[in-house]
Order: sequence, then C-alpha cells, then structure tokens
Amino acid sequence: MTRPAAKGGSRASADRLARLLNLVPYLLARPGIEIAEAAGDLGVTERQLREDLELLWVCGLPGYGPGDLIDMAFDGDRVTITYDAGIDRPLRLTPDEALALVVALRMLAETPGVANREAVERALAKIESAAGDLVGAPVAVRLPGDTERVRELSAAVERGRALRITYYTAARDETTERTIDPLRMLMVAGRAYVEAWCRRAEGVRLFRADRIDAVAELDEAAVVPPQARRHDLTDGVFRPSPDLPLITLRIGRGDRWITEYYPCERVEVDGDHWLVSLRVTDLGWARRFVLGLGPDVTVLAPVELAEQVRAQAAAALAAYATPAGAAPSADQAVGAVTQ
Amino acid sequence: MSRNRTERLVNLVICLLSTRRFLTAAQIAATVPGYEHDPDDPKEHEAFQRKFERDKAELRELGVPLETGTASVFDAEPGYRIAHREYALPDIPLEPDEAAAVGIAARLWQHAGLAAAASSGLAKLRAAGVDVDPQATLGLEPMVTVDPAFAPLTAAARDRRQVNFDYRVPDRDAPTRRRLQPWGVVCWRGRWYVVGHDLDRDATRCFRLSRVVGAVRVTGEPGGYEPPAGVDLISHVARWSGPVERTGRATVLAAPGRAAGLRRWAVRTVPDPAGDRLTLPYADPDFLAGQLVGYGPDVRVLDPPEVRDAVIQRLKEIAARHEDLAVAGGAR
Repeated sequence: MTRPAAKGGSRASADRLARLLNLVPYLLARPGIEIAEAAGDLGVTERQLREDLELLWVCGLPGYGPGDLIDMAFDGDRVTITYDAGIDRPLRLTPDEALALVVALRMLAETPGVANREAVERALAKIESAAGDLVGAPVAVRLPGDTERVRELSAAVERGRALRITYYTAARDETTERTIDPLRMLMVAGRAYVEAWCRRAEGVRLFRADRIDAVAELDEAAVVPPQARRHDLTDGVFRPSPDLPLITLRIGRGDRWITEYYPCERVEVDGDHWLVSLRVTDLGWARRFVLGLGPDVTVLAPVELAEQVRAQAAAALAAYATPAGAAPSADQAVGAVTQ
Repeated sequence: MSRNRTERLVNLVICLLSTRRFLTAAQIAATVPGYEHDPDDPKEHEAFQRKFERDKAELRELGVPLETGTASVFDAEPGYRIAHREYALPDIPLEPDEAAAVGIAARLWQHAGLAAAASSGLAKLRAAGVDVDPQATLGLEPMVTVDPAFAPLTAAARDRRQVNFDYRVPDRDAPTRRRLQPWGVVCWRGRWYVVGHDLDRDATRCFRLSRVVGAVRVTGEPGGYEPPAGVDLISHVARWSGPVERTGRATVLAAPGRAAGLRRWAVRTVPDPAGDRLTLPYADPDFLAGQLVGYGPDVRVLDPPEVRDAVIQRLKEIAARHEDLAVAGGAR
C-alpha cells in the first residue's frame, strides 16, 4: 500500500524529503507565518523546522549562486519565502494518498447521521477531480443504517446535554434506564455507537445506537468525570480480556460462522466438528447463545454452562408437556440458571 | 539518508524541474552538488551510477514523475527531466467546511499504512494553501478499518490485473484457490468485499476480504481486461444480503419481565395471566426457532405449529446432547 518496507533509516529520510518539498509551497502560501504555528501545523518541532529551513537555504537552481538558492526572510519569529527556485507547488497526490482520502471521504459521506454531509460530498468531488485518473479508485461504500435515530442522537450529543436513555443490554437480556454524559458518537464496522460516561455503571461505555430504544435530553450539561477514558477501538469494539469466562464448544459445520463473528481464542479441528474456545462477558449470555445456535453444538466447558443449557432445555420441554395455558416461568428452571 | 543525501535530492528535483531539455546522467553529475566524481575512474564512476540509480528510485517512490528521453537525435544516452505540469498538484479550491471534512476523513483510518497515506495526502493539500481546522468534527465519525487484502485488491482492480488468492469459507474444510479479474472493492454494512469475474466459475462473484487467506498474488498484466461498463459494484454484494421480508406471524408467551430482547421487536404485546403474549414477525421458521430456544423456559410458542414443532425438536436434541456431559461432569 505505502512505500515498501524501508531498509535502515531510508523511510525516515524519504519522509524528510517529502516534508521539504512540501515546506516551500506551504510557506509560500502563508507569507510571514510564525515558525511555531507552522511547526504545529506540519506536525514537527520548532527545532526540526528550523533545521529544515537551514537545509533548504543551501538548495537551489544550478549555478548555486546567491540569486539561485531558495531564499527566505526572517522577521523575529516569522518567516517568508522570497525565492522558491521553482518548487512553488506540492507534488501531486500518489495513488495511495488519493485512495486513502477518497475512500475515507466516501465512508464519511455514507455514514448515516453525519453532520454537513453536503460539504463532505463537495470535498469528495474536488479531491476526485484533482486526483484525476488515479481515482478510478474502484471502491464503493454503502453503510445502511437507521439514519433518523442516529441523527437524533448525534444532534443531542452535539448540544452537550446529559441524556436519559432506555437501553437494551444483550449480554444480560435486559432493558434499563440510564443517565449518560456523552463523549462522542462513532461508527465501527458499520454500526453507530454513543460513547458516554454512564452514571449507573460509573464508567465509560459504548452504547449501540440500534439498542437505544428511547432517548430524552435532560436540562443539564453533560459532565464527564476527569478519570473517564475513551475506548481504544483499533481492535474492534469487543476486546475479550483474559479474566472473562472462557467457554469451549464443539460445533458442527453449519455453526462455523461463529468463528467469523466472535473473536475466538482457539479453534481446533475434531473430525467433522470444530472445538472453539471464546471469552464471554456473561455466562447467561453464553447460555442463550448456545441454546440459540442449534442442535449441533455441545458445551464442553465449563461444566456449569453445560448443566445450565441442559436444565433450561429440559425445563422448556417440561412446559410444552403441561397443558396449554399453564404459566411458563423461569422458576421451573434450576435455580442456578437465573443470574 | 544523511543531510547530504537529502540536500542532493532536493537539488536534483529543482534542477530537473528547471530544465526543458533532457539532462544525461553525466550532465547531472557535472551540475548537481553531491555527484562529483572522476568519470574516467571506473570505480568512482560505478559508485556514482549506483548512487544515481538509488536516487532516481527514491524520487519515483515518492511519486516524482521522472521523465526519460533523449535531448536530440544525436544523443544516444537517455536523459531526465521533470515536467512541472506533471509534478504539481492541481489547484484544489476547498471551502473551509470542505477542508475540515478532508481533515476529518484523513484521521479516520485505523490501518497504519492508509493512515500514513491519508496524512501525507493532507500535508500536500496544506502545502497548496488549504487551511484545515484541526478542531472540526462532524458529530459522528466512522472508524475506517480494512482487511489486509484491501490494498493489493484495490491496486489490482485499478490496474485491471488478474489475481489469485486462497479463500476460506467456514463450512468448507480447506481454503480453495480462486482466480479473479477484480472490478472493485465494496464496503457494505461495515464489511469489505471484492467483486469481479471469477475465471473458474466463469461468472460474477463476490468475496469477503476477511476470508482471503495469505497473500493476494497478481498474475496478470496491467489492463488485462475491461470490467462491464457502468457496473454497480454495491448491487452485486447487496443482492445477497438485502432486507428480509418478515411476513410470518408467531405468537409466544413470555414470562413476566423476561425475554427483553424479544419484547423489543414484538409487533403486538397483550397481557396474559401467565405473562405476555407477544406477536413476532418472522421470515424463516427455523431461524426464529433458534432465537426462541435461546430464552429457554421463559418463552413458550403458542402458534404456528411449524415454529412450535421446530422449537420442541431443537430442545429435545440439545437436552439429549448435554445429558451425558452434565452427568459426567458431576454437576448433578
């Protein structure tokens, strides 16, 4: 995708060459800019920027006399390029750069509930036309979603108020009322989330927009405690931690899809079956999950889960055996199943 | 690269941008500081040639359009120059809100290589005079992730080059080698796919990038095929995952306060002495049965028989499968 793996320091040096070729037109477009401001903008230290300027100062047109070299005027902490030696424009975008910008803009334009979509689309059209042929970028993006709900939520988040939400937690199969102080809205793998301080859990939580069944804006500002930390989402939303319960299932061919949907710690082939180990946040969730998977799944560990699955299936069967109208009840199940 | 090398390369770019005629390696050596050597000394000359080759490669790697040609019919030796028109980024007059959108887009990448490409692209826009507000947000920001096969497959689709790769489908035991003329890559509902002409099936096929095992091998020459005109990539992927029509209606009895997940998509809820009667829309009775079985004794199917029977059948099999295990484990 990017430049091939560099040998030694040549990557860093290629970066420096790219930076230097950008620096002249950057300064040319901003006469008299403060060095500190330029350094911040370019993501380098002031010292690094001064070293770059010193280097450019000895470069120039063949002849390399005083009138041929790149020249600049300093006024206190400000700098102005007075002679550019012909590097008056940045290099055009590489195919990778064009692709990275265009695909990200398309993602943004497709994200349901994004603010100012119109500006995103205008920007996309301009970048595509500047990139020319490179952006026969053969990449299409479509992220269907509940735009109304997401727009309502992001507007509420934008206004900076605390929210009262009705939220369905799949891990415990329960719907609860919570007061949250939103941090931001984001979209991961095609799903929208509100990241917020949850006053009930007293921690930062990700709330899936499609599981927020109702939302009301409160008449108070969202206040996020200083200890709140945003999630690191580089590896996805669910990052199983080693202290969560580990379950092991023996699954048939038709259930192998679970290895694509859930991060699995181990997958072993056992004849026509697979032995799959994964971490779960809650054994109650695991029980519903295993029961729902179907007949070709057997719980191997923990024994507790196998027993719960058996007891639940037996209790449900017993209910079907009793005359219609008799109450189904969790109480018929073994006590241990109700977590 | 030492300061000397960086300096030499900047001077080389300036020199080649300023010349209209092609300059030979010898002319460049005589002009640009850092290439000084004795051309009659074979050792020195060879060192110069190696250095010059490395420098040319470095410039091309950076995307500098190095042109090759001869200055006149009398010159046998190739020369070099850079056309300003090819080198320079065209003017992109971005309004402040457009520039802010590009700035946001550039930081969405969670993939290191593409994140680097996006930020160096943004640096060029800044160098062209575009000011980007780093504080801007658009309310909702997608995290953009891709599978490793994304880069080679987009490049192959762009260059119209045939590829092959090993592809693993979960219900098959081993990956199979697939040969494809890729037309393009699609993100649909957060997952990535490649769409193209499958040479072994002789038909249009979509492949999920997360199922590509190992490296994508480019086997064809550039421009080796032409995708159908006006092909709608999304439609090829969406066809297999369109919305399901839930026309069936099942009635279940849910225990009081239980089965919160089912209650959320019930189209009707009627209180009953034994709990609540929920009316659930469904498409496939077996799929619905799986979901209902998940709730164990908290949910009992009243109607229709096809769903009720499917649930009972599943329960029997699950109970039978776990009977021995639970006993063996000593849990009872």
